[in-house]
Amino acid sequence: MPKSVYADPAELDRLKNICSDVLLEAKKQGADEVEVGLNIGQGLSVNARLGDVETIEHHKDQGLGITVHIGHKKGSASSSDLKPSSIKSMVTAACSIAKHAEVDKFSGLPDTSLMATNFFDLSLHHPWDISAEQAIDIAIECEDAARTYHDDITNSEGAGIQTFEGLRVFANSHGFMHGYPSSRHSLSCSVIGERAEGMQRDYWYSSARHANDLESAKGVGEKAAERTLKRLGARAIGTRKCPILFSPDVSGGLIGHFISAIKGGSLYRKSSFLLDSLGKSIFPDFVRIHEQPHLKKAMGSAVCDAEGVATVTRDIVSNGILQGYLLSNYSAKKLGMATTANAGGVRNLTVESGDLDFKGMLQEMNTGLLVTEMMGMGVNTLTGDYSRGVAGFWVENGEIQYPVEEVTIAGNLLDMYQSITAIGNDIDLRGNTRCGSILINEMTLAGS
Amino acid sequence: MTDLIQQAESTILQPVGMTVDDIEQVMGGLLSSSIDQADVYFQSSRSESWVLEDGIVKEGNYNIEQGVGLRAVSGEKTGFAYSEELLLPTLLDAAKNVRAIARSGQSGIIKPQQRLIAPVRYQAVDPLESMTQEDKVSLLQSINRQTRLIDTRVEQVIVSLVGVHETILVASEDGSLNSDVRPLVRMNISVVVEEKGRREQGSSGGGGRHGYEFFTSDDQAMSYAREAVRLALVNLEAVEAPAGTMTVVLGSGWPGILLHEAIGHGLEGDFNRKGSSAFSNRIGETVASPLCTIVDDGTPENKRGSLTIDDEGVPSQCTTLIENGVLKGYMQDKMNARLMGQKSTGNGRRESYAHLPMPRMTNTYMLAGKDDPGDIVSSVKEGLYAVNFGGGQVDITSGKFVFSASEAYLIKNGKITTPVKGATLIGNGPDVLTKVSMVGNDLAFDSGVGTCGKEGQSVPVGVGQPSLKIDSMTVGGTANA
Repeated sequence: MPKSVYADPAELDRLKNICSDVLLEAKKQGADEVEVGLNIGQGLSVNARLGDVETIEHHKDQGLGITVHIGHKKGSASSSDLKPSSIKSMVTAACSIAKHAEVDKFSGLPDTSLMATNFFDLSLHHPWDISAEQAIDIAIECEDAARTYHDDITNSEGAGIQTFEGLRVFANSHGFMHGYPSSRHSLSCSVIGERAEGMQRDYWYSSARHANDLESAKGVGEKAAERTLKRLGARAIGTRKCPILFSPDVSGGLIGHFISAIKGGSLYRKSSFLLDSLGKSIFPDFVRIHEQPHLKKAMGSAVCDAEGVATVTRDIVSNGILQGYLLSNYSAKKLGMATTANAGGVRNLTVESGDLDFKGMLQEMNTGLLVTEMMGMGVNTLTGDYSRGVAGFWVENGEIQYPVEEVTIAGNLLDMYQSITAIGNDIDLRGNTRCGSILINEMTLAGS
Repeated sequence: MTDLIQQAESTILQPVGMTVDDIEQVMGGLLSSSIDQADVYFQSSRSESWVLEDGIVKEGNYNIEQGVGLRAVSGEKTGFAYSEELLLPTLLDAAKNVRAIARSGQSGIIKPQQRLIAPVRYQAVDPLESMTQEDKVSLLQSINRQTRLIDTRVEQVIVSLVGVHETILVASEDGSLNSDVRPLVRMNISVVVEEKGRREQGSSGGGGRHGYEFFTSDDQAMSYAREAVRLALVNLEAVEAPAGTMTVVLGSGWPGILLHEAIGHGLEGDFNRKGSSAFSNRIGETVASPLCTIVDDGTPENKRGSLTIDDEGVPSQCTTLIENGVLKGYMQDKMNARLMGQKSTGNGRRESYAHLPMPRMTNTYMLAGKDDPGDIVSSVKEGLYAVNFGGGQVDITSGKFVFSASEAYLIKNGKITTPVKGATLIGNGPDVLTKVSMVGNDLAFDSGVGTCGKEGQSVPVGVGQPSLKIDSMTVGGTANA
């Protein structure tokens, strides 16, 4: 494999020099404290449809973001233009905003002592040396696998490959400076099936830091086809109360609402249904949710957060009890607490699973709705009220009976979390939240 | 328009030492005999945002973006590259990569440049310069102070102000050279109220293609503030929403998000060319009640979704999608129009130079009907009256769509009664409008807050509609209906 420019120490030095220049320029223009983030990267994105190339996109990006603090007043600026003269005017723009903003005694950089010092290798950079032609061939193979899977697959939105690698440097006026390269690749396929009752579309994708960790083209295509076929003939069902099983595709979102509610910003704005919940039982006692920022090759891994604070492995929920919030330096100070190194979000959130696999979870539910797709944004983080459109499958006696669509499920998140009766070991590892299927005892389903 | 081109030249090309002749050279690099369509899209955009929270203007952000996107299309195949570096050798190099989408062919013929004139839909003002930094800050402060005076139960006020000044210059394979300067401002006011330990929120806002003076004239900003407080106070009284299928009356204006989700996306040209929409091959069929006529219109002055020209240089227009219930046409960009033997309807839009254009909506609305809105409500024995909404989503293939009510009331015996909590409404795009039995005479547009997402690209849009009665829709609450 040819050496990637993003792994080249000279390139890292070039970016670090730009960051140093920004820090100097900002100090010169009167900033007390400065943060600077610089990203460069490139990628290739191809899509094949109906057996032929549809799009080839070459990506090349760069971006610089600056935040300055002048007497506890904050301003920021960002640009894709890295010319020295442009950088200088960005600094001026950020300083001008800071001078006009008002004093906020909580604003400022985290203490020097909190900065990450151990920059261990998380194995995040595995560039994929692939030409557009090779990528198209894989995409065609993937789409073929889906289109030939069954006669009811009648149309396609295509299959695609996306590959990206880049380099990020973050620095601040404490003297902190850290840069690392990373990569991510994905393979996706979306096909349409049709029978007399109408059309359905579904998709599958695989994503990874290393191309070798992607599912096979054939596997992704077949899974997309299988998922589409299963949805054909979907119908609405009558309004009722029943158990709901969130499949691993959508269970991460359910946990995501919990994460939104324990973020510092939601808490200090009093816009959360989980205010003052530390030490309280939010979930049943078998639930453990933890953050693992140092997993090798994982999508959410990082040695420091967006402010340079060293990330830590920790329990957020154990025995169902909330152990900690998700705080940046600013939100922590607003709450009179200490940062939890979550500026920029949570990293590799893991929901510990029980012993049941997907089949076991269906049996555990016995009769109810398996939800595989969510629609809309009907979640109120302030009150916990939850009402969303869903599609999925009606289950009886632990067996899938038929596909369901055009129904909603509703409840309150706090009640829903308390009513979790099991978490499966059918974990979806593709995203930043690692979670199996989640069974909720009872919700209101509205339908025909 | 020629003025706009000169403005674009001085904003984008002159600072990097390029001229319109250089664009011709880049276009030459893109074209070969098997290329059907090509464009070079320059964009320069400056934007800023200011946020007030906890009584202070805490921070602001300034962003500047500039780049060029190169596209070549051969049949159904598209090659695309973009660059932030506006240097002729870089662009010529990129053009070679892009043109490789067409496997062979000699160089194409470059057509002489033509500068077109389209009617302007907004003035080429720079919102960022339309008010001093001091005045922006004091505007937010004054809104905060006055909002807290509206009601003692107001606990938290967040005000945000966003301004964008964008210049585009687009050259196409047919020799056309077009430019647009697009201002866009948006304000949002969000409040949290508290009473007896119960907290609720409300938010409101608006904007359009103006300078910031839009917010200071006609008490505009404070009308958002009063609306945000009113919504939050209504929510304090809200009870569980009903669950099940019932008659739904939608208010005028922003509830037009129904049209955007239920039929708008399904009528975009790309999905119909590919046959992936529930509306594919249905032109001429009845897809709505005869009371419904729906258009997508990029021409209303200063609206958030309006465009003088789209991102392919085509002047925006008013396109009839559904006329008296019959499906009339699709929204097209150049590529999908060409492949379907139609004409672009001026709906070719892209988020930025780094994204490919696609058919997108502008302002989508239903024309006014004859019914008095009061008569619509009084005709309903039991049902839901929904007047404010959050976001929506659609699966264009199955046709199923949702949109989430954020202000709704029960209707009992023709009267609006108790407010209910937010609930998602779900329906089927191709038949929801066949159930429209009354259309109000009160057509209104939204206040200028909509952003539409498609395939990862966001663009500003508008919606509008008169009050509507839908005989049957599924409401996703928790209470027994």
